[in-house]
Amino acid sequence: MALFEALLELADDHLVLGHRLSEWCGHAPMLEEDLALPNMALDLIGTSRTLYTYAGEVEGAGRDEDALAYLRDEMEYRNCLLVERPNGDFAQTMLRQLYFAAFMEPYWKAALESPDETVRGIAGKAVKEMAYHIRHAGEWVIRLGDGTEESARRMQEAVEELHRYTDELFHSSAAARGVDALPDRAAIRPEWDRVIGEIFAEARLEIPQVPFPQQGGREMQHGEALGHMLAEMQVTHRAHPGAVW
Amino acid sequence: MSGEVPLWEVFIRPRNGLSHKHVGSLHAADEVMALNAARDVYTRRGEGTSIWVVPSKAITASDPDQAAENFEPTAGKVYRHPTFYEIPDDVGHM
Amino acid sequence: MYAQGLIGADGKTGESPEFLEAFQKRIDAEEKIEPNDAMPEGYRKTLIRQIGQHAHSEIVGMLPEGNWITRAPSLKRKAALLAKVQDEGGHGLYLYSAAETLGVSREQMTEELHSGKAKYSSIFNYPTLTWADIGIIGWLVDGAAIMNQIPLCRCSYGPYARAMIRVCKEESFHQRQGYEIVMTLAQGTPAQREMVQDALNRWWWPVLMMFGPHDSDSQHSDQNMAWKIKRFSNDALRQKFVDATVPQGEYLGLTFPDPELKWNEEKGGYDFGPIDWDEFWRVVKGGGVMNRDRIRDRKAAWENGAWVREAALAHAEKRRQRAAEAAPIAAE
Repeated sequence: MALFEALLELADDHLVLGHRLSEWCGHAPMLEEDLALPNMALDLIGTSRTLYTYAGEVEGAGRDEDALAYLRDEMEYRNCLLVERPNGDFAQTMLRQLYFAAFMEPYWKAALESPDETVRGIAGKAVKEMAYHIRHAGEWVIRLGDGTEESARRMQEAVEELHRYTDELFHSSAAARGVDALPDRAAIRPEWDRVIGEIFAEARLEIPQVPFPQQGGREMQHGEALGHMLAEMQVTHRAHPGAVW
Repeated sequence: MSGEVPLWEVFIRPRNGLSHKHVGSLHAADEVMALNAARDVYTRRGEGTSIWVVPSKAITASDPDQAAENFEPTAGKVYRHPTFYEIPDDVGHM
Repeated sequence: MYAQGLIGADGKTGESPEFLEAFQKRIDAEEKIEPNDAMPEGYRKTLIRQIGQHAHSEIVGMLPEGNWITRAPSLKRKAALLAKVQDEGGHGLYLYSAAETLGVSREQMTEELHSGKAKYSSIFNYPTLTWADIGIIGWLVDGAAIMNQIPLCRCSYGPYARAMIRVCKEESFHQRQGYEIVMTLAQGTPAQREMVQDALNRWWWPVLMMFGPHDSDSQHSDQNMAWKIKRFSNDALRQKFVDATVPQGEYLGLTFPDPELKWNEEKGGYDFGPIDWDEFWRVVKGGGVMNRDRIRDRKAAWENGAWVREAALAHAEKRRQRAAEAAPIAAE
């Protein structure tokens, strides 16, 4: 079941981050961004749906996308801690997006070579979406990092806040390792470092020393934020067991 | 600081073979952000294959008060149109 | 997503009778008026006010539906709702752009919304309490808006008409999305059925109010009709809406909270009970449950975003300066 585990890690990352982005809808700093953020959220939620559906097929226990998304508790979610971090200000949201997309774009690129046809199909669509997310989030990180004094301060704070969670992107739980159909997460590191390095240089941001990298989500050990997010996300579905929507 | 974020005009090529067509406008601080915003705002349903953005203030428009002198004199020049010339039907399509 | 006859627009205008007559002739000939054309001040003001109200309605309208994005009961519904609310934002953007061609900036219009000077459709001052509200809003609120918006595609002002064509094209999925939700609930569990009937009961009358006051009480209506800013009367559109909607509800076995609602064979339409105009004016004037929250949320988004917009402008300026400094070197 390593493939099932690995697909859930991916799907949970996408859904949780997509949900976080959707929380911005109607509250963005400018109207143009109120259009851009849902575009990215829709990409992520769309990919999560395909991944859940495939995971359900692989598992063979009859669970569909909604059963996997709505009927698992916090202690069964496998997303990395980065994506569950609350939105914070716009600087934190954009940086979190950049960190994630800068990982996923090369990951999906590698997955284009997968022996698994379904994975190749998902990767072919997602790789383009992630390339745009890097661009969109990256341009904002550059502008906020090299904008006003206030924006530079907020951006550097976002880095201090979020960089500690980035190591986990390169990590899979023991149960999800060694899957031929999916790329090795650790191998994505050099490309991620390169992209983040280039954008940080242009944004005049320092890559911080992280004394205590944080991880645990892959092993289903989360921070406190995820439980609240899932409680909200799942409440309607769970209040009506078996109902069709 | 209180400057307003500048206005841009957006032109989209619906598909190759057609020219870019004005679709609307948006606000963005610079040309890179304007292109991104145009993509997010005006191509959500596969409306295009190429985008142009132009600062609205870069557009010079003709004066509607001069519309008569600009555009009406052309109406008298019927000889510019093929129907002005009489060719017998027997000659065939020309 | 907007209807509601214009509130408080002043169509007074001070041009010469000859000018006004020549302008009216263009309108009567179905000529479109474009941004730089000469136009009566009253026409310009009315349009700024109406397009502004329309744009604000789209933006404020994102909030009640946005309230359920994070609680949508399935991933399919979540994606569809997010896409729909995003569309409303897009419609606001197209409309602000149309208003900007009349010499008013988006920033000015935003400030007028925040200060309470500019109105928006009162329907958005009602709260969304259950998931069924999302279905009902799509079916009825978007349905009412479409009734109003389709004729606006032929509005005499070119940029407004063009924006509306785009809006109507995109909005075609909104009402179907809503009706499908309502249908699923109506055919679902007893609790789902109860939920959707309750939502219909709460939204029906406010939706009928969206078309605005009765024609007999609607100021400025005649001038706006003459200028072809408005093409059908409030009452005519309301009747059309009721006639189209009631059978759709009955098809699902839903009932409407109006004991006087009855098919009138003679007029070929439904008769319906009196609308509570006191409630309408109370909500328009700020007395709805959500009026304060809506404006507070919009202001918060604008104010919390100020540093972001400032940073983008500052960075653009830095880029210009760097390019200017680099240019002479590059030229050598």
